[in-house]
Amino acid sequence: MKQLNAIIESIGSTVLLAFNSGRYLKTLPRQFPRLIEQCYLIGYTTLPIVTILSFFIGSVLALQSGYSMQNFGAKQLIGTLVGMSMVRELGPVMVAILVTGRVGSAITAELASMKVYQEIDALETMNIPPERMLVMPRLVAVLFMMPVLASITNLCGWFGGALVCKYTAFIAVEPDAYFAALKRFMGAKDVWDGLIKAEVFGFAVILVSCSIGLNTRGGPREIGAAVTKAVVVSLILILVLDYFVTKVLI
Amino acid sequence: MAGSTSLIAEKTFGVTIEKLNKSFDGVPVLKDISLEVKPGEIFVIMGPSGSGKSVLLRHVAGLEVPTSGSVHIGDFNPADPATRQQIHLALVFQAGALFNSLSVYDNLALYPREHRLGNEAQIRDRVMHALQILSLEKAVAQYPAELSGGMKKRVAIARALVMEPQLLLYDEPTSELDPVMSATIIEIIAALREHTAVTTIVVSHDRTLAMSIADRIAIIMDGRIRAIGGVADFEHPANPAIANFLNPTIDLKNPRFKQLENDHE
Repeated sequence: MKQLNAIIESIGSTVLLAFNSGRYLKTLPRQFPRLIEQCYLIGYTTLPIVTILSFFIGSVLALQSGYSMQNFGAKQLIGTLVGMSMVRELGPVMVAILVTGRVGSAITAELASMKVYQEIDALETMNIPPERMLVMPRLVAVLFMMPVLASITNLCGWFGGALVCKYTAFIAVEPDAYFAALKRFMGAKDVWDGLIKAEVFGFAVILVSCSIGLNTRGGPREIGAAVTKAVVVSLILILVLDYFVTKVLI
Repeated sequence: MAGSTSLIAEKTFGVTIEKLNKSFDGVPVLKDISLEVKPGEIFVIMGPSGSGKSVLLRHVAGLEVPTSGSVHIGDFNPADPATRQQIHLALVFQAGALFNSLSVYDNLALYPREHRLGNEAQIRDRVMHALQILSLEKAVAQYPAELSGGMKKRVAIARALVMEPQLLLYDEPTSELDPVMSATIIEIIAALREHTAVTTIVVSHDRTLAMSIADRIAIIMDGRIRAIGGVADFEHPANPAIANFLNPTIDLKNPRFKQLENDHE
């Protein structure tokens, strides 16, 4: 019962944090340098790992599907399979997972440490709401950067798949045929659905990371525990949200 | 010009605490605390570690909500977020609570920037003036991690000063400092009150600090106020617990540690 209360309380405080942060949206022009800084941290610093991983995910997807589909003479559809998988599912989910590990954990560690070492209390006594200075710019930044990251993920995954199709002997599908198949069955709705998913996941990850960080109590040991909690909750949330968002969008 | 900027608030406030009780997870930490701090005075709250004095200060700062009872700064309730827009309250935290990701200059400039108290040149004047008062001009570009404990405390005081505080709160301002730096901090606290006439509440277990600068002293033990009075009242206190706290006797043959002797043999 005590644990259930704690979970309900956490959900409540996270939702409240989102609303309270939203109240400070009008201060965004003043927070522009912080927004740029967060865009850099969320977008630019995550980019190399996103590029590498998505390239290899596209590659392995093409390899596996080519291996399975050669028996059915359906190799020409590999482009469709890789393209749709990346855009609708793997792209947004993978980016969200990478943002959780690369950015969400760092945000939780930073805010938890600020809380433990009374920097958050100092902000409050200075009448500077942490939601305005620390949360809102991050939430807006992730909304700007997730579509960019998801789009780059898709492109890298597609190109990885195309390269594997061309240079793997038992597949041997030319890039023209690969991209033609990719375009044939994929519409703007698929791309939009993927980007909406990425936005939802990114927003949820950053919100949860901020909430857990700001609600940390205790000493240095609790900072580590908060980071672990934020990563675990974010990963669960991504997969749970994935089901429900997919159900709504299909 | 840095020297032309005033950091003196026009108004200061008294603090009234009535029947304040605070419990954490059912464990009472503050019990029926009532006291009044008059506008412009230096009020020192003393007590042993774990007696609840920092929690009491956090209530005055509006960082804790009472389980029962009330705290008022003038007519304002510090726990009400709207109060912070009415009163400039500055709390100097025990460990400084400086923003580690910001330089000393940016730590001080944060408040005036966030509250748009002038353009960048005016903010610079204000910050440099506070740094000058605390003799910290050379630390302006340094980060908190590069500062000594004493410098951190001085930067925290400078940051409070930039806010033009109408109520100044200090949590253990001389803890973890050497005697010379402690004396400097005590002088700074006294000088700031002298020149700004701001109401000052200091939480400390430093007897020298209390006896040097307090107008009045309250002793808190086990979550309760045991005595309130002027400095003279605590020079030779009649209450043995208070007397022992203020002038502890060191017994090198304390029987409590006899067991250690036996273990050693």
